[in-house]
Amino acid sequence: MPAPHKATRRIQALAGAAVLALALSACGGDDGDSVEVESDASFPAGTTMAKLNKAGKITIGTKFDQPGIGAKKPGADAPEGLDPEMGKIVAAKLGIEEDQIKWVETVSDNREPFLKNGTVDIVIASYSITDERRLVVGQAGPYYVTGQQLLVAKDDDSIKGPDDLGGKKVCSVEGSTSIATVEEEYGAAPVPFATYSECVQQLLSGSVDAVTTDGAILLGYAAENPDELKVVGDAFSEERYGIGFKHGDTEMCQFLNETIEGSFDDGSWEEAFDSTLGEAGVEAPEPPTVDPCE
Amino acid sequence: MRILVDNLGKILEGFQVTLVLFAGGTVLALVVGTVLAAMRVSPVPPLRWAGATYVNVVRNTPLVLVFIIIVFGLPELGIRLSFRTFAILAVGTYTAAFVTEALRSGINTVGAGQAEAARSLGLTFGQTLSQVVMPQAARSVIPPIGSILIAMLKNTSVAAGFGVIEATGTLRELGRDFPQALYWLFFGIAAGYVVLVLLLSVAFRELERRLVVLR
Amino acid sequence: MSSVLYDLPGPVARRRSRIGSVVGGVVVVGLVLLVLWRLQDRGHFEGDKWEPFEDPDTWNAIRDGVRRTLQAAVVGIALALVLGILLAVGRLSERSVVRWPATVVVEFFRAVPLLMLIFFFFLAFPDLGSFGALVLGLTLYNGAVLAEIFRAGILAVPRGQSEAAYSLGLGKRQVMQQVLVPQAVRAMLPALISQCVVVLKDTSLGYVITYDELLRTGRLIYDNYFNIIPTVIVITVIYVSINASLSALANLVERRTRVRTGGAPVVHAPVDAGAAV
Repeated sequence: MPAPHKATRRIQALAGAAVLALALSACGGDDGDSVEVESDASFPAGTTMAKLNKAGKITIGTKFDQPGIGAKKPGADAPEGLDPEMGKIVAAKLGIEEDQIKWVETVSDNREPFLKNGTVDIVIASYSITDERRLVVGQAGPYYVTGQQLLVAKDDDSIKGPDDLGGKKVCSVEGSTSIATVEEEYGAAPVPFATYSECVQQLLSGSVDAVTTDGAILLGYAAENPDELKVVGDAFSEERYGIGFKHGDTEMCQFLNETIEGSFDDGSWEEAFDSTLGEAGVEAPEPPTVDPCE
Repeated sequence: MRILVDNLGKILEGFQVTLVLFAGGTVLALVVGTVLAAMRVSPVPPLRWAGATYVNVVRNTPLVLVFIIIVFGLPELGIRLSFRTFAILAVGTYTAAFVTEALRSGINTVGAGQAEAARSLGLTFGQTLSQVVMPQAARSVIPPIGSILIAMLKNTSVAAGFGVIEATGTLRELGRDFPQALYWLFFGIAAGYVVLVLLLSVAFRELERRLVVLR
Repeated sequence: MSSVLYDLPGPVARRRSRIGSVVGGVVVVGLVLLVLWRLQDRGHFEGDKWEPFEDPDTWNAIRDGVRRTLQAAVVGIALALVLGILLAVGRLSERSVVRWPATVVVEFFRAVPLLMLIFFFFLAFPDLGSFGALVLGLTLYNGAVLAEIFRAGILAVPRGQSEAAYSLGLGKRQVMQQVLVPQAVRAMLPALISQCVVVLKDTSLGYVITYDELLRTGRLIYDNYFNIIPTVIVITVIYVSINASLSALANLVERRTRVRTGGAPVVHAPVDAGAAV
């Protein structure tokens, strides 16, 4: 299927956005189930996409405890957030219905092992693209670029950026790169906890001075507590979120990149952002440029 | 192997924190445990009841939950302390419940005749307990208390999820930085714990031997 | 024995005791009220903090958490029993080539924190998944503890039993199987049941590797709804109920065994066994 001309795509995108806007205003919902499933998707035989399309099912690894990015309420069927929304977009392109997606929780430690042993088909879990990771798994995208930032109490003016962290108690998840960065590069006193939410609890009760991790995650928390918390400082690292897949699957890489770029163009990406992270009152940024597949 | 040597400083720092938690926890557990044991055998019913409730609730609660209650609950009551202090409070109060039971069974093994003799000499409850019963109970109680304290040493590892970087937390940090050396790191830090446990076991056996001689 | 520590109270002592009771009671109740008032002040008893517990979804999640806790616990205990028996027999063996490795294994797994074991297995063997890693850790640690309990139990059976068995011409294995082990097991039952309580509590360490047992479910609830105090209260009640029933069962079994065997040795739950991890 030849790719449509850029101009045609833009018109399609506008039309699509208009339709989506109408649909959104009609149901006033933010579930993003307005993602249309491709009913006649077809892929070259033997590719992973063909297999998934034939099976009609896909297993996606995502986070369950990061509001705005990937969070599952206890007892709910599926997680909500930017990552699950991207997952639905990918599944739709594969002709897989939303309720046929199996969501598996992938934490930082088991993203690569789960891709390697096939526990999940793809990983969309605030998965930063790095050269080291690209040695063991494939990463397509990025679909979102963020960076490490700081979350502080709303009335705290002493911390405006990472340079103000000397000697301050900064909380993050144990074993994360964020906590190492603030300790080693900015002289903060590291306070590891099991989840970001617990860090935020500690911040709210005043036991720590700041919480640090990817700005995207912090925005989610700021959205839930706009009167008590705020995100400060420029990003002091760059995190490019990508979609993980099995190493060496070049066709998958191309398919994912196309899907990601397609979502930038037809507005589904922006809609996904607005319905999740956008609730923090942040405007959807410019979509990033996707890396070429090797 | 090199990874262990290169990061020896960090690993030792981690164990230093482990030992600090252990020392603080031991003091707290022994003090609170003794007080609770006294409460449980005292003639004042509310104290007996309070002691029994404490022991029965704490012994049946996972240590992680105790940590959560202390680290998240105390600040809500206005008590704000360092995370290390919270950790010591958590392991100390948790272990105290077990110390109490060990002491209580120790008290019960001291022959009833001892207490009767003490009473017949006119000693009060407090004097009977402190001068006659507890010293004798202490000797038979050394091995179980030894086991309890060894368990507490291992329990300090739970503090890793509550703002304190001790030996197990160091494993997690180094494991993230050097995933290829995971096996070495694990066995290296495990060896550290084994050494500490062995030292404790030897110390307690010595203590028991000494006290038996004094009998 | 405790009652011998003080005379039956006479009128003066009774009055003093009553005063002490009142004062003690007031202090205890006062503390509890103070805590409750403080919490109330910070809004922990507001309706919206307890609302999530009106949602059936929440209770479904809790029910799943309990189920998964029990799953891990039951499998862990079963495997630990098997491993424990093997290791105990190994430690009691007369052949040092069997005895030494068994001793090393037991001492190693009793010295290493369970948290570290679970975390290591999760990273080193990702195929296990969180359930597998948790159960493996529980099995190895509790297997080592049970090995010691079994060993103590077998050694506690009166020598006369094994001597009589040997004099009847029974071989070592028969002596173990037919004479020692059955009696040892009966003596060890209370300790075994207590160890089950330990295993149940230790399943809470699964949080490190994202196993969705009861405690983690609780954490997910308060992560989502920011209602720590109510959630903690609910989860604590559940844990204490389950564990206290098991402990009561252990006590019951201990008392009945003692009566039935007429004072034969009962292996007391090694007191460290209760200290989870």
